[in-house]
Amino acid sequence: MSASWLLRRLALILYTVFIVSVLVFGITQALPADAAVTLLGENATAEALNAIRERLGLGDPIWWQYLRWVGHAATGDFGLSMRTGQPVGPEMLTALGRSLLLAVAAILVMLVIAVPLGMVAAVRQGKLADMATGLISYLGVSFPEFVTATLLAMLLADTLQWLPATGYVSPLEDFGGAVRHLALPVLTASLILVAHVARMVRSETLDVLHSDYIRAARLKGLPERTVLVRHALRNALLPVVTIVALDVGYLLGGIIVIEEIFAIPGIGRQLMVAVTARDLPSIQAGALIMSATYAVANTLADVAYAVLDKRIRYD
Amino acid sequence: MTDLLRRLMRTPQGAIGLILLAVLAAACLFGPWLAPHDPEKMDFLGRFRPLGAQNWFGADQFGRDVLSRLLVGARSTLPMALAATLLGTVAGAVVGTASAYLGGRWDEAIMRTIDAVMAVPGLLLALLLVSTLGNGAGNAMIAIAVTFAPGMARVTRAVALTVRGQDYVKSATVRGESASWIIFREMLPNVMAPVVIEATIRVSFAVMLFATLSFLGLGAQPPASEWGLMVAEARQYVHQAPWILIAPSLAIALTAIAFNLLGDGLRDAMNPRDER
Repeated sequence: MSASWLLRRLALILYTVFIVSVLVFGITQALPADAAVTLLGENATAEALNAIRERLGLGDPIWWQYLRWVGHAATGDFGLSMRTGQPVGPEMLTALGRSLLLAVAAILVMLVIAVPLGMVAAVRQGKLADMATGLISYLGVSFPEFVTATLLAMLLADTLQWLPATGYVSPLEDFGGAVRHLALPVLTASLILVAHVARMVRSETLDVLHSDYIRAARLKGLPERTVLVRHALRNALLPVVTIVALDVGYLLGGIIVIEEIFAIPGIGRQLMVAVTARDLPSIQAGALIMSATYAVANTLADVAYAVLDKRIRYD
Repeated sequence: MTDLLRRLMRTPQGAIGLILLAVLAAACLFGPWLAPHDPEKMDFLGRFRPLGAQNWFGADQFGRDVLSRLLVGARSTLPMALAATLLGTVAGAVVGTASAYLGGRWDEAIMRTIDAVMAVPGLLLALLLVSTLGNGAGNAMIAIAVTFAPGMARVTRAVALTVRGQDYVKSATVRGESASWIIFREMLPNVMAPVVIEATIRVSFAVMLFATLSFLGLGAQPPASEWGLMVAEARQYVHQAPWILIAPSLAIALTAIAFNLLGDGLRDAMNPRDER
């Protein structure tokens, strides 16, 4: 991994964020709502409307409005929320923190379930365990988050009353309460990912098990356990890093729905509230922050892959 | 074609997928005639009536027959998902093939831009687009198509790159054919097979995405019996009648499973050597 490769990756993130910012700005500017009317209400006088348009610079050329928005956004200033009148940036970052907690927990839970599942399925190819994993994968990718979430909530919160159905507790204040409140959202978020990753781990492990060096390790007389854990697992898990990074995008989308259903004040829920209220600065900030998070996650995965796989040389 | 169908029926995934799809197609085509009751007819004495002879899948909060609503609702879910996938696939296939044909810096610029667009999570992009276009089933369909196009472009480009090196494309170039002729008449027809497989699997995403948008109140609007909307409306009655939640949930999942199975079956049928 050379410095120029890292620099190119960095330039790619910047280009990605640039395109995303143009996209977000372009789409939200086309919103059929007049910002001035949203702020002051339908009954505002023409003078008041004109005054606020002047103050927000709504009469300026569109590219100038874009540059001003991006310039401020780069310093973390996303303007004031049209709904609450509070600065959007800090609010969104706090929300992002809660969402990341949910996302990281979901990825960890997913790895703990999916990796052994995929490995066992590969080792016992065609047997019962393999078919069970296949079935779980099919079911997992075929239930959208809102269905999984409502069904799990119905079973575990309403019927069995094991877990609270909605709400958020900060882990810094009450760790046990936070775990109980996060259990259902995390379970929901990890289910689709388990399906993806278990399938991936299975097919990668199968590839590796059919390779020459595994045959060599077996012919050498190594015990099967050593062959599997020391030789196969490490190489099979490498491509999984990439698929997990791609799934982060999936996860971030799912989080919008999951936070809405379980009433978690994360960035997804803020975004839904903003969309419903047509709160332009909040929509822009939420969309840009979420997309940038995804772009950064992808790059981190690429770097991790390069660090883990000594065979690949990037220059 | 019949050969492909026969090979498809020989794979277990393909066979089950096709059977499920036949049921869904029947619901789409003949739903209103198959429905035992009028899906909009309210019956206040029959509110939350459990599963039984009168209402096979029970009745909802207005006493409307759940089975009838599901059957009729197939029409407001499936055609939308199919149209969205078709639109997104065609747009993506054209862009992807063009990118592979142009090559060099153009290819690089187009693909990096597509990467950037794909950095916006799918649901988020769809959400932004619908909030701009306005809520409604038609706009949700367009939003999903736009969301799908970049991914399809990437898949198509990968295939088109291998096609570009083929002799028949080279000979067309030497003949002096125009770029649009080469892209549309020489390359596109030959990249379709993998693209069709990918698109089939995408239909299941489209079904889920469309239902999700409706669930969030952005897609199909009440009193439509769109399945995502039915789940959203049923949530507050979980205590009285879990079946009005479970029935549309299973309908969505079964549809997604059907297209996933069909996609995997197609892949096996088209690449008989790959045993996985």
